[in-house]
This record gives sequence, C-alpha cells and structure tokens, in this order.
Amino acid sequence: MTELTSSAPSPTGSTPARNIGFYAAWGIFILAVVLLPLIFRSGGSHTTFSLIGIAAIFALSYNILLGQTGLLSFGHAVYYGLGGFLAVHGMNAIAAHGLPVPLPFVPLIGGFAGLMFGIVIGWVSTQRAGTVFAMISLGIGELVASSSLILRSFFGGEAGITTNRTDLPALFGWNFGPQIQVYYLIGFWLVISAIAMYALTRTPLGRMCNAVRDNPERVQFIGYDPHVIRYLSFCFAGFFAGIAGALAAINFEIANAAYLGAVQSGVVLFATFIGGVSYFFGPILGAIVVTMLQLELSDVTTVWQLYFGIIFIGIVMFAPGGLASLLMMHRPLVRAGTLSMILPAYLIAIVPTLLFACGVILTIEILAAYSQGNAASSTIRLFRIPFEAANPMTWLAAAVLTIGGFFVARMTWRGVTAAWDRAMTAARERGYHA
Amino acid sequence: MLELIVISTLNGVLFGMLLFLLSSGLTVIFSMMGVLNFAHASFYMLGAFFGYQLTRWIGFWPALILAPLLVGAVGMAVERYGLRQTHKHGHVAELLLTFGLAFAIEQVVQMIWGKLPMDYRVPELLDFPAFTIFSTNYPAYKMFMLLVSVVIFIALLVVLKRTRVGLIVQAALTHPSMVAHLGHNVGRVFMLVFGVGTALAAVAGVIAGPALVTQSDMAALLGPILFVVIVVGGLGSLPGAFFASLLIGLLQTFAVSMNGSLASVFGPLDPSTGASLLTDVWNVTIAQIAPILPYVLLVLVLIVRPMGLMGTRET
Amino acid sequence: MTNAIEMRAVEKAFGNVRIIQDLNLTVAKGERHAIIGPNGAGKSTTFNLISGHIAPTSGDITLNGERISGLRPFEINRRGLSRSFQVTNVFAKMTVWENIRCAVLWATGQRYAFWKNVDNLPEVRRRTAEILEDIHLTHRRDVPAGLLTYAEQRELEIGITIAGGANVIMLDEPTAGMSNTETDRAVALIRRLTEGRTLVIVEHDMSVVFGLADRISVLVYGNIIASGTPEEIRGNPKVKEAYLGEEEH
Repeated sequence: MTELTSSAPSPTGSTPARNIGFYAAWGIFILAVVLLPLIFRSGGSHTTFSLIGIAAIFALSYNILLGQTGLLSFGHAVYYGLGGFLAVHGMNAIAAHGLPVPLPFVPLIGGFAGLMFGIVIGWVSTQRAGTVFAMISLGIGELVASSSLILRSFFGGEAGITTNRTDLPALFGWNFGPQIQVYYLIGFWLVISAIAMYALTRTPLGRMCNAVRDNPERVQFIGYDPHVIRYLSFCFAGFFAGIAGALAAINFEIANAAYLGAVQSGVVLFATFIGGVSYFFGPILGAIVVTMLQLELSDVTTVWQLYFGIIFIGIVMFAPGGLASLLMMHRPLVRAGTLSMILPAYLIAIVPTLLFACGVILTIEILAAYSQGNAASSTIRLFRIPFEAANPMTWLAAAVLTIGGFFVARMTWRGVTAAWDRAMTAARERGYHA
Repeated sequence: MLELIVISTLNGVLFGMLLFLLSSGLTVIFSMMGVLNFAHASFYMLGAFFGYQLTRWIGFWPALILAPLLVGAVGMAVERYGLRQTHKHGHVAELLLTFGLAFAIEQVVQMIWGKLPMDYRVPELLDFPAFTIFSTNYPAYKMFMLLVSVVIFIALLVVLKRTRVGLIVQAALTHPSMVAHLGHNVGRVFMLVFGVGTALAAVAGVIAGPALVTQSDMAALLGPILFVVIVVGGLGSLPGAFFASLLIGLLQTFAVSMNGSLASVFGPLDPSTGASLLTDVWNVTIAQIAPILPYVLLVLVLIVRPMGLMGTRET
Repeated sequence: MTNAIEMRAVEKAFGNVRIIQDLNLTVAKGERHAIIGPNGAGKSTTFNLISGHIAPTSGDITLNGERISGLRPFEINRRGLSRSFQVTNVFAKMTVWENIRCAVLWATGQRYAFWKNVDNLPEVRRRTAEILEDIHLTHRRDVPAGLLTYAEQRELEIGITIAGGANVIMLDEPTAGMSNTETDRAVALIRRLTEGRTLVIVEHDMSVVFGLADRISVLVYGNIIASGTPEEIRGNPKVKEAYLGEEEH
C-alpha cells in the first residue's frame, strides 16, 4: 500500500513501479471485499464482515478529522446516529408511500443528514482546534444524545425506531433480506466511500487539511482561513459518518439512542487510533481489529472492555502511530533486505512479553472472579490451560509471570532497540530511508 | 415558592462548590501541564468508592483523610509513569491517554464493585436535620459538605497566595510558557500538582458519595458537565471555573425543581394533531430538560464568546 | 505613487504596558527596507502588527494604499503581503514539495477546491518546481520538512514566504543562527528572489543590513527614532547613541 499514506509523494516523482503498487493495493482491497464472504460462507462471518465494513467507513470518516486535520472529536457518533435515524425514517417513508427508491440509495439519505448536521453544528465547533474543539464535540455529543431521549416522536425514546429493509423496492431481483446481500450493499458503499475519502486527501482542500494539522498558524500566512478548512473537513467527516450510520440502520433494521451516544463515539476513536491515524488504511485495520475484539473477547471474558482499555492505553503510550505505523516502519527494512537482522531479537522478546501478558490476564481474571463472588468455583482457561481462581498456586503463577515477565521483557526489548538501530543503519547504507 | 428558592439556592451552591472542587484541580493541571485530564471525574469516582470501602473498614472520618491521599498517590503515579512518558508525543496523545484511563478506571470499578449503587451512608454523627425552613428539613450532612468545600476553597486561596508552589501555579495560570523555565524540578512540581488536583477530586468524591449515588457510571455522568464548566468559564481561568461552577450548579438545581412546560403555560395542544416533534417540545417540563441545560449553555457561550466567560487565551 | 506599507500613529498595548507607541513607518514600493534595533525594541511586534498576527490598539496601517489594520492574517496575505518567521514555522510532517505547494495553492486560485486532483494542476506543479529550484531544495523534495537541516529549513521558510507571489515580502531574521557561508548564500538568495518586489527585513547582522537595504529604520522602545539610507543612518548621532553604541558593550 505504498501510496496509501496520508502524505503520499507527488506523482512527478512517482515511478511506474510505484503506480503499480498503488493500484495493486486498491485492487487487493476491492478483491478482498468481494471474495471474503465467498470464502467464509457461514452466516456468522457474513454478519461479522458487515459490521467490519460499517465500522471501517465510520473510522475512515473519523480520520478525516483526527488524522488529516488534527481534530480530536469525542462526539463523532452524532453524525453517525443522525444519519441512521434519518435513514430509518426515510426507509419507512419510502415503504409507506411506495416511492421508487431502492435500498442501495438509502445510505445517501444518511450521508446528507450527516452533512446537514455537520454544516449546522460545524461552524461553531471548528472555530478553535485542539482541546477546546475536543470539549465542544463532547458537549454537543451529550446535548444531542440527551435530546434524543426528549424528542421521542423522532428518536423513539429508549426503544428506538424500527424499520424493515425488505419493504423497499427490489433492485435486480435483490430484496436485501439475506445477510449476504446486505453485506454486498455495505461492501459497495465501503469501496465507494474509501475511494472518495482517499481522493479527498489528494485535493487542494485535503492537502490544506494536513497543513492545518501540522501548523494552523502558518496556514493563515499563506492565504487560508484555518477555520474554513476545519469546517469543510468537519462537513465531509459528517457526510461519511452519516453513510456509515445509515448502513448500520439497514443492517440492524433499527436506530436507537445508542447510535448517537458517547460509547459509540469512543469506539470509533479507539478503532481509528489503534489502527493508526497517519496512514490512510490505518482506520480500516483498526475497524477490523476492534470489531473482532468486541465480538471475540466478549465471548471469552466478562471484563473484556477492561482489556480493550488496556490495549488502547498501551497503543497511546508505546505506539502512538497505531498498528499501521508499526507495520509501515518495517518498510525500509523489507526493501533493503535487512529485516532478518531484527527478527531474532523479536523472537527473543516475544516470549517474556507474552508471559507478562499472561500474568496480567491471570491477575485480572482472578480479581474478577473474586469480586464477582464466585472465586471458589471459578476456573480460568488461558490458552486451554485451566487455572483455579481460588488456588494460591494460581496467585503465585500470576505474580511470577507478571513481575518476572515484566523485567525480563524490559531487558529483551532493549535488545530489540539495539537490533533495530543496526538494521536501520544497514538499510540507510543501502539507500533506503524511513 | 420562597421555600423552593431558598432550598434550591442552597442545593445549587452546594453542587456548584462540589463542581469547583473538581474544576479547580482540572484548571490548575491544564494551565501547568497543558493537559486536559479527561480522567478527572474518574478520580472523583475513585474517591467515592475508596471512601465507601474505607468507611466500611475503618469508619468515615479516617476515610475522609485516607481516601484522597490514596487517590492522590494513584494520580501521581499516573503522572510519573503515564503522562511523562506520553508527553513527547504531544497534547493530543496525553488527552487520549487520560481518555483511555477514564475508560479503564470505569471498567476496574465495575469489575470490583459491580454496576449497582453502593450502600454508602451518611455518618451517624451527621445524620440529623440541621434546620427546618418552612416545612423542609435540611440535612446536616449537606451543611457539612458545604463547609468542607468552603474550607478547601479558602485553603486553596491561601496556598495560591502565600506559598512558593502557589506562586508558581499562579504564574503558570497567567503565563503558561514560563513553566518551561522552572528548571530541574519541573517534574516534581507537575507530579505534585497532578497529585493534589486528583486528591481534591477525591475529596469531592468521598463527601458527595453518601449524598449522591455512588455507582460505576458516576464519572461518565459528571465528567462532561465538568468540561462544560471549564470551557464556559474559560480554559485556564480559575475565577472563570469558580463562576461557571456556581452558575451551572444553580442552573441545574433550579431546573430540576421546576415542572413547568410550554403546555402548562399556554395550555395543551389540540389532541387531534397527534404525536410530533412539536408535542414533544410542547409537553417537556423544565425538570426533564435539566440534564441538557449545561450543554445548551455551552453552545450559547461559544457562539457569543468563544474563549469562555473569563478566558483570555486563544488556544 | 502610494507606498507599499504605511504605519501611522500605531500603538499596541498589552494591558497597561505599551510595547509600541506612536509608530510611524513608510516603506516605498520596490525598496528593500531593514528594521533594526536593540533586543526588545518591538521589531517582531511591528512585524506581527503589519501581518495581522496581532491587531493594533490604535492607529492605521495601509498596504498599497488600502487600510489593513484589524484584518485577519489570511486577508492581509491575499492582498499581497507575505511574511516569514523568526522561529522556523514550516509544516513539519509534510514533505518539502508539499510545503511549497501548499503555499502556492491560494495564489493560483485553487481556494478550498475539493473536486480537483492536486497532482494534476500544471500551474501549481510548475510554480512549485520553480520555487524549489530557486531555493536549491529540489534534491530534498521528498524529505519531510521536520527532518531538514537548520539552514535548509530557513531556506524553506523563505521559499514558503515568496511562493504565493506576494509583492510585499517581510522576512524576520532570515539569517539568524547561520554560519558565515550560509549567511552569504541566504543573502544572495533573498536578493535574487525579492527582485522587483518590496522587502521588509528584520536583521541583527549589520553586514547583511547595510549590504542589502536601500533604507533602514531604527526602532528603539517601540518608536522609530530614525529612518533613511544606510549612509544617513550610519552618520546619525541619535542612532549611534541609542543603538550602535550599545552594540559595543
């Protein structure tokens, strides 16, 4: 994914090889969207892929703000949720009046709803950047979420508003009843939205968004009003969030207050940041990881959200570029062929690191078992190995793994740093820079 | 009517002073370190839960001292091992760290104490009506809360005006860039400020716990209001935080006690029109919209005065 | 003929402190004008006032005869004034090429366009390439600005400033912190790039000032005490006493 970076080199310097890499990356992405549900054919995996698709559009829209323009929002779900609600009302109106609008066009209703609210709310929100913007987005998020419980006729109170997607006119014989058809609807919009959002980064406005992110003061002295740039960026983010919300409404056939809430805003922030804000594909990666974690972890442990928080804190502290940056920092090593210099250090470090992680997990699970009052009968299964929560040997194992693992891991990571420096130096000598 | 006004004013000032216990720490931390501590309300929650647990073990009065100290220690550890590490990645990363922390603290509290409200009772010593206005008994415990927050308020003023650290903090409030010139002990000052700020939040938690609800969602409920307070007051302005705390405390308390709606003033709508957005707006009572009033205030203030009521800073 | 910049009775106060008082400055079109003065005299504040970074408390500032005091920086920039910064102020995470290109966009009429591919704008591309060539950074075009050497960043700073084609260029200590050879290079660069434009420069290096400027204004305690050709300034007793004298201590 050579050129999918937020600051891709300009094409005057791009060689044919680079262009091939660029189109190959997009080709693989589209192929994956088309083929994955044909490879994994179970209904459960189709549901999972649908959720990932929605989350990916939502996270990409969020990254227009965070990664491209440097705006940290705590209330992006407002546009997602309003898009969802408008889409549900739109679908019900289409069904009730027999309008000739097939389902695949419904996401546009959500998109324009998100855009409209972005236009109205954005002007005030984007007057200032940084911390103030973050607080305002939080306040407006709370305002809309609370209002949704008051304006019951539109938002349907706690229950929400339901709809039936099969009541809309069929298109090419597709009535969008089966999950696979809904998935392809989502996949279609994912590809369209991803291309549109990538294209946006390559426009004069997209470039100036980056400039505002890097240095809003200087932008003023090259003729641009940073407020207007932030505002336009905000409107676009609202538009694509609305599309994602509408797709969610189509998928679940319901829109409720949770769509607009702080939790939803938090999840998209988690997904985008964990995936990585400085590469275009980062949020897609994050959407995959976070959706899978939500689905898988919640089956295994009752305190899965705590792990979620710990992973997020770990990323913020040790890899603020997210998973995408962790991957991409190896690119010069791969190109220069010096990746092998660092692999042994990785292999050594991974053992104590995993042991440390196991220790932490054991500790948390023991605590969870005790505070839920069922420690005596509770067995923790860690990689299929059973541990009894009430057994002192388990406590000892947890303590040894956590403390011992921490110190040994810290030592081995120093080795990784040293190996990294050697590999990087060698790569530079061969003419490959970061 | 007069009764309502007196009681609501008392309750409003009380809520406002509690808010100020939190927003003062938040403001000082923000001014010194440039970090908006998203987890500030979580330290308030930790204060309430530590207070509850310690009250069960050793009684309320020791808990009132010990719980804030413990929470302050946690805060100092967060500054030392978390924020300092993240500082090099910029303020957004620091804000995100505290955001993740708020999330994690809520999960830990849920894991240990569950999701149900705690049975955190007013200490027997203070479990009597302080005085009776008209027909309402005003509890002594609420007067005690007011007293504690006023005492801390005065103590803060004295510390700010009379001590060396206070002078540094004051200077930082007006000239944030000077903090960089503090030299080698800047780390220790930061840790101290963060510790004291979080301990103050914990004091608010310990004393508010028995009067309000001690539950794992209390941080998520109070947090956003707290941020409204400091944005409305003007980021980095201590007098602004004080003024906005009282304003929002009174606003919410008065709104909750009012049952008026457009329907009660202008009469009900013609029932034949059916349910619509208009009927929603027409029939909603002021008490019902009390939770959104702080946010409405936020939006209004931002339109009229983007830097906040008493803010002077552009960023 | 109208002057490029005129400041009339400009005053700037922060609270009760008057940084600038009764400042009068005239810069003719096409001239190279240097502002000198001891540290804290208000040189940077004067720059900030003209470029709209801060608004004057009272007084008038005009650009090519049009009143600009109170306008926002981007409005002033669009009227043909561009400035550089004393502390390097570039877009650190973006490449050298992108830094210059951003500075070219408004001037080539792209505004906030979100329907054009920025890479397919021949005019933008040509001008960006030209500026890069001018500031000798073509070989560094794909390096993020934050990774350039200090001297290169200063050159990029000048490049961003002139890229928009403004007819009034203001440079705030462009050679600060440079070695002698680097300074010579930078001066030659400035001389060449501001050919036919108006230049206002703040500089501490007297050899640069007297070598480059057509006229010099001396600013002391927020007040212009003298304004004239380099010879006039050199011979002015007030200047010697207030400024040049201090230098020798």
